[in-house]
Order: sequence, then C-alpha cells, then structure tokens
Amino acid sequence: MALETLTLQEQIDGLREKKFSSVELVENYISVIENNKDLNVFISTDFEKAVEKAKKSDKSNNSQRNIALDGIPMVHKDIFCTRGIKTSCGSKMLDNFYPPYSATVVEKLEQAGSICLGKANMDEFAMGSSNETSFYGSVKNPLNLKKTPGGSSGGSAAAVAANFSSFSTGTDTGGSIRQPASFCGLAGIKPTYGRVSRYGMIAFASSLDQGGILAKNIKDTAIALQIISGYDPKDATSIKAKVPNFSVDCESNEFEHVVGLVTNLINSLGDEDLSVNYTKAIEKLEKLKIKTKEIELPNLELSLPVYYVIAPAECSANLSRYDGIRFGYRAENVDNLEDLYFKSRGEGFGNETKKRILIGTYCLSSGFYDAYYKKAQKIRNLISSDFVNAFKDVTAIMLPTTSGEAFDLGSITDPVEMYKQDIFTIPANLGGLPATSVPFGEKNKMPLGIQFIGNILEESSLLNISNKFQSGEK
Amino acid sequence: MKGNWESVIGLEIHVQLNSESKIFSNAPTKFGSDQNLQACEVDLGMPGTLPVLNEKTIEKAIKFGVAINAEIAEKVGFARKNYFYPDLPKGYQISQLDDPIVGKGSIEIQLGDQEVKTIGITRAHLEEDAGKSVHDLFENETAIDLNRAGTPLLEIVSEPDMSNSEEAVAYLKKIHSIVCALEISDGNMSQGSMRCDANVSIRKKGDKKLGIRTELKNINSFKFVEKAINFEIKRQISCLEKGEKIVQETRLYDSTNDTTRSMRSKEEANDYRYFPEPDIIPIQIKSDQIARIKKELPELPDEKKERYINELGLSEYDARNITYDLELANFFEKTLVNIDDPKLVANWVLGDFSAILNKFDLNANNSKVDAVKFAELLTYLKEGKISGQAAKKVLENIWENRDISISESIQNLNLEQLSDDNEIEQIIEKVINDNPDQKKQFLSGKDRLFGFFVGQVMKESKGKANPKLVNEILKKKLV
Repeated sequence: MALETLTLQEQIDGLREKKFSSVELVENYISVIENNKDLNVFISTDFEKAVEKAKKSDKSNNSQRNIALDGIPMVHKDIFCTRGIKTSCGSKMLDNFYPPYSATVVEKLEQAGSICLGKANMDEFAMGSSNETSFYGSVKNPLNLKKTPGGSSGGSAAAVAANFSSFSTGTDTGGSIRQPASFCGLAGIKPTYGRVSRYGMIAFASSLDQGGILAKNIKDTAIALQIISGYDPKDATSIKAKVPNFSVDCESNEFEHVVGLVTNLINSLGDEDLSVNYTKAIEKLEKLKIKTKEIELPNLELSLPVYYVIAPAECSANLSRYDGIRFGYRAENVDNLEDLYFKSRGEGFGNETKKRILIGTYCLSSGFYDAYYKKAQKIRNLISSDFVNAFKDVTAIMLPTTSGEAFDLGSITDPVEMYKQDIFTIPANLGGLPATSVPFGEKNKMPLGIQFIGNILEESSLLNISNKFQSGEK
Repeated sequence: MKGNWESVIGLEIHVQLNSESKIFSNAPTKFGSDQNLQACEVDLGMPGTLPVLNEKTIEKAIKFGVAINAEIAEKVGFARKNYFYPDLPKGYQISQLDDPIVGKGSIEIQLGDQEVKTIGITRAHLEEDAGKSVHDLFENETAIDLNRAGTPLLEIVSEPDMSNSEEAVAYLKKIHSIVCALEISDGNMSQGSMRCDANVSIRKKGDKKLGIRTELKNINSFKFVEKAINFEIKRQISCLEKGEKIVQETRLYDSTNDTTRSMRSKEEANDYRYFPEPDIIPIQIKSDQIARIKKELPELPDEKKERYINELGLSEYDARNITYDLELANFFEKTLVNIDDPKLVANWVLGDFSAILNKFDLNANNSKVDAVKFAELLTYLKEGKISGQAAKKVLENIWENRDISISESIQNLNLEQLSDDNEIEQIIEKVINDNPDQKKQFLSGKDRLFGFFVGQVMKESKGKANPKLVNEILKKKLV
C-alpha cells in the first residue's frame, strides 16, 4: 500500500482499523521526503522526534484511537511558533529564533494527537505569491519542478502535493492558502477571521491574517479545521462562537445552496481561458442541480489597491519588533544604537519585506494617513457591505481562485504583476469571510482552482458546497 | 513677574494603575523584582504574541473619569504609537488616540485660604508603559529591564490652565490625592507610580495667543515639578528679553543640577504614525457600569476636606493639607478614635508627625508609631502631663524604640511635667530673689520683663515646669 497517497480520512480509518501503524506512516513519509529533497519544502525537520511520537502513539493506543488525529503525521507552515523548534517565518531575521511557546494552532493539533514532521518553507513573513521571497530559496512545484507552488504557503502546498503529508497548516492574508492550493491541485480553506486563533502565528497584517488548512480534498480540510478552530482567550480577535461539526456538515444533505455568480465581471476581464473555466464551473453547478444567481460586487476591483495599503501599513508596525535587541538577527560591528537598527534590519530582512515596510510607513506618515490608510479603511468598509448585501440573496459566492495556472519560477519580475496574483482572493480577507479553493480545470497541464466564499462563520455551508462541487461527477 | 510676562502651564501626568497584572498580559506588575523576571513573551513583544486587554484597567480609568465629572467614552479603542527604542519591545506602544476612555472634566485647586481655581482636564487615556534602559550596570553597554513594560498607565492631560509652579504643584497634589482616594494607584512617586511632563510657555500679559512651548520630561516629585517649571520660566523669559526666540522642543529636567536641557527639537520629533490597533477590538462601555462605579465611589478628597472643616472644625488650610495625603488622613482619623481633639491632632499630624515621616522617607501607613500610641502621647500632652517640647522628644524616642511605652519613655527621658504648685512656687521665689534689679524694673512698668522671668523659671526647672502654672504663680508673686 502506498501509504503516502492516502487521504487524511483514509489514514484515520486505517489507523483505527490497524491496517498500518503510526510508525509505518511516519517512516514511509520520511523516506518519500528524503527522496525529494530538491523540492526544498522544509526549513527544518525533526524526524527522530516524529518517529518517537509515533511509537508512543502506537503503544498507548493499542485498543482504540479515541483522539481525533492520533498518530497522524502533518506539516506546519514555518509561521507557526513551535516551542523549542526553530520558527523562521522564511526570514534570515528569525533564522536563530527558537520560541519558548507554541502557537495555539500547534498546541491544538498536538493535543489532537497529530505528529509534526517539519516546518514548511514560505515567503518571507508571508509576503509573496510564489515562495520566491524566502530566505531559504524557493520551493518547487511537485507537479512541475520549473514552476512555483504559489505563495506564501508554498511549502505547505508542495508538502501535500508531493505526498509528504496528508494535510498541512497554512496562513492566508490575501490568498496565501487558496492560491498555492490552486497551483498544486489541492483543496484549501481560509476560515472566518477570528475562527482560528492567531496566537503564536507570526503576524504579517493583523486584521487580515488567518490560519487555515491545505489538503487533498475538502473533506480532509474540514477534519483538520475542526481541530484548530475555536475561541482562544489569548487572541482578543478570536470569536466566541460554537464550532460546528465540520466533517459531518461537509457531507450533509441538509444544506440548501444559492451560489452567487459574477459572470459579467469575469467576462469583462478579457481573459478567454479564465471565462471558459468559469463558465465550465457554472455548468457543473447546474449539473449538480445547485441554484445560482448573478450578483453585483461593485467595489471588488478596488480590493487590490486597498489591500496594498492596509497590509503594508499593519506589517510596518508588526515588523518593528525585529530590531536586533531581544531576539532574531543582530548585526555585528555596529557603532551605536541607530547603526544597530539600520544594519540588523538592513541585513536581516529581504527586499520584498523591506519594500512593504516602506510602503506601509509611507501610508501611515503624517500628511499621508488620510489619503491612504483612512481612505483604504473606508473602501474596505464598502467592500464588506457589498458582501453583506450579496449574502442577503446567496449562500456562497463563486470566483476563480487565480487568474491563471502556476507560472515558471523567476518569470514574474514586475511587482505589480505579482501583486495581481491575489486579485480574486483578497476580497474575502478584506471582508473577514471564509473561503475555499477547490481544484477545477487545468491550463498548460497545470491545475486551476475555483474559489467559494461563504458568509461570516458559515464554514459548514461553505465546506458543504465546496465538497459537493469537488466530489460531484466531472 | 518682571517685564509683564506671564507663564502658561499644562501638565501630562502618567499614573501607574495598581492592577495585579499588566494591561495586555498576565505578567505581574509588582515593583522591585529582579530584572526581566516579570516580563512574559507578550511583554517581550515576541513574534506571534498578542495583547489581551485587562478589563480591570478599564474599570479603574472609569473611576477616575467619574471622580472628575468627565464624560466617559461609549467606545474605547486603542491605537499603535510607532517609534523605535530599545526598551519599547514591539517598536510601538499601545495607547489611545481618537477614543480616549475619559473625556473632558475638571478639578478645583485651592490657592491660599480663599482663592479656588478650576483646572480643566482635556482627556485621560489608557496605555502601556515601556521598560527601562539601565546605563550604569555594565561598562559601555546598556541593559534593558522589561519588568515595567506593559504596566498600565492612565495619562491625564490638563488644559493649559495653570499660571505658575505653585498652581502646577497644587494640581499635581490634587490628582495624586484623587487617584489614591480612588485606590486606582499606589501613588508612590519615588517608585515612578506617578510621573509628569510639563508644557511651559510664556506670553506678554494680556495676550490671548499662547507662546511657543517647551515640554519638560521626566519629572517625578512635587519638589521637582516646582523647580523644573521655575527654572524653565526663568530661562524662557531671559531668552525673550534678550530678543531670542523660544524653540519648540522637548527638554529634560536634570534634578542633580536643577536645570533643563534640550532633548530633541520639533524637527527631530517622531512621526508616531498612529493607527488603530488591529489586535484589540474596540470595547463598548455600558451605562450601567458607569452608574455602578458612580454609586460605589469612595469619599473624595474634596468631600473629606469639607467634612473636616464642617464637622471637625479644622481650618481650611489644615483640612486641605491633611486630605492631600490619603494615608495621612487615614492616620489622622484613626488617631481621633482615641482622642477627641481634632485641632490638636491636626497640628501634630501636619507638624512633628509629618516632619519625622519625611526625615525617614516614610508614608503615614508605614509609620513606626501607630495611631493608638500617637493618641496616647497627645493625651499626655493635652492633660498637661508633659510639655509640647517633651512630647516631641517622646515621639522621637518611641519612633526609634518600638517596644517602649509612652510612660516609660517619659520616665527614661525624665520629662514628666512639673505641676506641683509648691515646687513651682519655690523655683519662682528663687528666681525673683536672684534677680532683684529686673524685679525693680518690672514693677516700675517694664512689662516685657515678664517673659524674662518665665524663661528663667523654665531654665531652672529644666523645661519641666507647667507653663500655665508658671504664668499664674509668677503674676501673683511679682505684684
């Protein structure tokens, strides 16, 4: 049996039915990983500890595995703090950082019995759409080594696509789960802002960041999302709301759907391939007898400029703590305090990160605040109310995940072109809405994705429609 | 003020709130632990950590707002104030900009016996304190102590309503007495629980427009507020009289040399790039919470002062000075339980008792003599068993020797007052016989020589003769 190709659900079942052990699962993954080092998926691994944990899991659960993910191997994006294990966030700045605490997401997955194989490569501080801004070099797309796996959760996506684990954690500030899921032919979910605790998840843009899951299919994302969701007293923005049973709801027949479509908007973009794939997706919905409705999202096109004001503004403050004083990279041979700041930050941060800090600092500066940050917040409110209006009539909105398939590494050099990667994914972040990406269609032999956006805290309905769409006949 | 100048002063007072844990983390706030032992990962600004508001600080801030009759915000939001400094771990301070918890209010300060002045309070907002940079621990290196980082502060901003250092000190003392009475701060200035920045400007008398101001930083005692402001007023006037212009700048008060020196000019001032703190969702203050706090408000210094004047018969001056210091007022009231003579107790509490506290740098609540013993001492005095001078000596004696009783102390020091008529008479007769010339002069009309005889009698009795009896008997004998 090729254990590494199994889905998360199949692994859970197989372990319970004693078809294989956790040690076999872990050791099998390790050998697959060892044979595919060229993908550059991991920043750090601890296989010894993983095997040890698997042994313990097998021993203590001879009778039955009654915690959700007992003995299941998985991979964390290196943005989640792991106690005593290097957490770099893809940056030279944190290459020497070993946090004395774990992220809530990490603790929850540990408590559920899962075993972390390693920390996945990512764009530096999650700023990037191709995994090319990582201090540790870019990750290669397992489906085509010349291509990017997407970003910023590129390592997390590649890990699942390359059969290094059945699921992985990711974070999504403007599309960083959904875009790489789409580029690697996976399912991904970014839940409602506040559904998953941000504690211990290194901040990029605090009002937009949200942790989520990448897996082979929607059902698997539902299983893992269940574990990491819930109110956390350590995160004041996390929502006090009951967490439904996502894996049950995902496959339920109780949900009625009306999917909102933006056909005119898609067609107006003048990208024939994009329109064709979108039309095919509509046809699939019709085949599945799911109701649809054309909707308007009049301010959607302003999402990109709004995002590139708010996210850099927040990041400019969030990254101020990397000053070489208490932790992280510290330049040597400095003359004075100012020199220490300049050199530590100058040498510790990569170019993309510096660019965004500069943009954000500029947008917040006295005299520019009203024109940039304040205005962006106003437009963000407009976009949110567009969604509120739309969700009066529909239960989900369907959009492409990306405008195209995975591109060649190194092929996009114009930063604005790169920023446009997130054009369809950013709106859900601005509105704090849950959204999935489901594999659908292909272009140039590379997968494409379709995105569903759900209403606030309606992950159950969102997972249900996404699952129907993914598992329905092709 | 010479040359027809007048000064305009506003104060920003930082009050450390006495919550057990920090404003955005669970770390304790206790003063004086070893360096960096009271700083958790949130206080250190470590990656991925998040602030969670300690709601007790909201309660304390509302208390202050209600006490100064200020508007309390319905929505309380926080903002990031961005600047780099080694003891500011996140590179920004979480503060408040647009939605301060306490809006406009005012307090009254008493100047002299009659004059009352109202000082406006612009706002008071919550924020976190920074850590400390320690420059004298290692040679050529600065150490960082983050124990203080994240300690809750209430920054109270006044209107520029004060016109000299005396008013500024009266205002500061009033704020101090209010936060102590509300029990929202320990008010310990020497430990930095209350710190103050002063904005000082000068203008021609009668001008409406304010002059260019300087901001004096880092003033941490009543005395230094007075000195720093006085120095700065003099400096500014002398600049203006020389025809120079005042530069808008931040100046540091140097208490060792009693001077202020420039820290940074307006051009060098930080652009703090404030923006709403995304990690903390604005909270709504409910009107029933405000109503409850209003109802539970303790007696405030002004109310206490009125009570002392109206019910205890104290002078305005005594009442004001006792109520400036809540601990002193508490000691005063505890003493009154055992001796019903408010005026006598007030005199002693403000006089010799305060003097000995100051000498040992103590507050009334860690006095070496408790209120019961203090009342006993004053009873001895009141009953004429010892003189005032003797009582002072006894106070010093029992201060240093906790186990000695008052009667033992009087005996040990041989201070018992001589109240025996016969003994006093004998001394007086001796003094009169020894000074026949003075007696003659007195009898021929030199009245003021009476004092000479009193003095001689006291000297002869080694200060122990009861002055009241000495007066009475002397009058009879000298006729």
